Amino acid sequence: MDRTTLDLWVGIFVAAGVAAMIGLAMKVGNLTSSNLGVTYALQASYENIGGLKVRAPVKSAGVVVGRVADIHFDDTSKAAVVTLNIDTRYHFDKDTMAPIYTSGLLGEQYISLLPGGSPDNLKNGDKISNIQNALVLEDLIGKFLTNKASESNDKDKKAD
Amino acid sequence: MVDRIVKGLRLIGHRVIDRIWRLGSAARFFLYALVLSGESLRRFHLTIREIYFTGVLSLIIILVSALFVGMVLGLQGYNTLQKYGSSEAIGVLVALSLVRELGPVVTALLFAGRAGTAITAEIGLMKATEQLSAMEMMAVNPIARVVAPRFWAGVISMPLLASLFSMMGVFGGYLVAVPLLGIDDGAFWSQMQASVDFREDVVNGVIKSCVFGVACTIIALFEGYDAPPTAEGVSRATTRTVVNSSLAVLGLDFVLTSFMISV
Repeated sequence: MDRTTLDLWVGIFVAAGVAAMIGLAMKVGNLTSSNLGVTYALQASYENIGGLKVRAPVKSAGVVVGRVADIHFDDTSKAAVVTLNIDTRYHFDKDTMAPIYTSGLLGEQYISLLPGGSPDNLKNGDKISNIQNALVLEDLIGKFLTNKASESNDKDKKAD
Repeated sequence: MVDRIVKGLRLIGHRVIDRIWRLGSAARFFLYALVLSGESLRRFHLTIREIYFTGVLSLIIILVSALFVGMVLGLQGYNTLQKYGSSEAIGVLVALSLVRELGPVVTALLFAGRAGTAITAEIGLMKATEQLSAMEMMAVNPIARVVAPRFWAGVISMPLLASLFSMMGVFGGYLVAVPLLGIDDGAFWSQMQASVDFREDVVNGVIKSCVFGVACTIIALFEGYDAPPTAEGVSRATTRTVVNSSLAVLGLDFVLTSFMISV
């Protein structure tokens, strides 16, 4: 086989391979959708973050507006401090609520930002004070059981 | 009795020392091939010829097996996911298992069988027919002229082949999931894109396939170069190439995965 044919085949092979890599990055991976551009950091501390992970989405009205950048445990307040990177295109006021929600019954956990009514906006490094802890299934079942128990106690007392 | 025990112990010791000796000479061979690879990069058509034999000629087997692997993943995954009412997650399952594991690993195993054996047999026969000695007589270094171009061809081909495998596998999974099982087209792709991370999954898969490329090619080259110059020696060396490459790939896969997975 002469050299030009060989070069042609190898060229086709390399082009197809590189195209497959780009395809994996664009079509299969999230290279196109995860670009947040320039971000600013907000902080929020939670008593319990449940299963929240670094890189979990931060959504407002269901749209991804940022990602969780860092989670660490604060020893003095015994709380989890979560750092959120928010795209600079979006602004949230100081009364914004930041509850941790779960997408679906068994889905991943994310932070939702619910705008409040304050005229001032949160700036880089600010702390969101209005939070709501993650829903922990065990706590929920525990509360349900104690409710049931107290209800049946009440019924017993009435019967007496 | 004592004689037999001593004999047995000697045999074990001999085998261990032999393995370590071979490992050492393989490492020296690897280093030598790296140092002498200047010529194969300067006269790049030597490498291009080898990319044709190792990469382009492996394309058919890689693409066909990728298609079937993806289709089987789609069918099996659907079967299980359907029980939990989340059959739309089939795209995530197919893409993650292909990009992270099956793409690099199955490609490397097929590569060892398709291209590695050919390299070993070719170099073993070159040695048996004294072509390598003839090159040395003509002051051509056989490692620079024969080994280094094949090494770089293998290292360049493997990530490309693995990417093609993953892409073709995802396409196979798509064929089963969307037209055959009737899963929504949009949910298939969007869930996949939401869960497959570029840095964590795609780049790590490419890194894995590069490492496997180095391991498979150097094992095939070394076994060929080290083969006894007889018909039986070459056939044994070819067998050893497949066995050692497969073991090296699976072992390295565990080591690389344990480094890459962030807990």
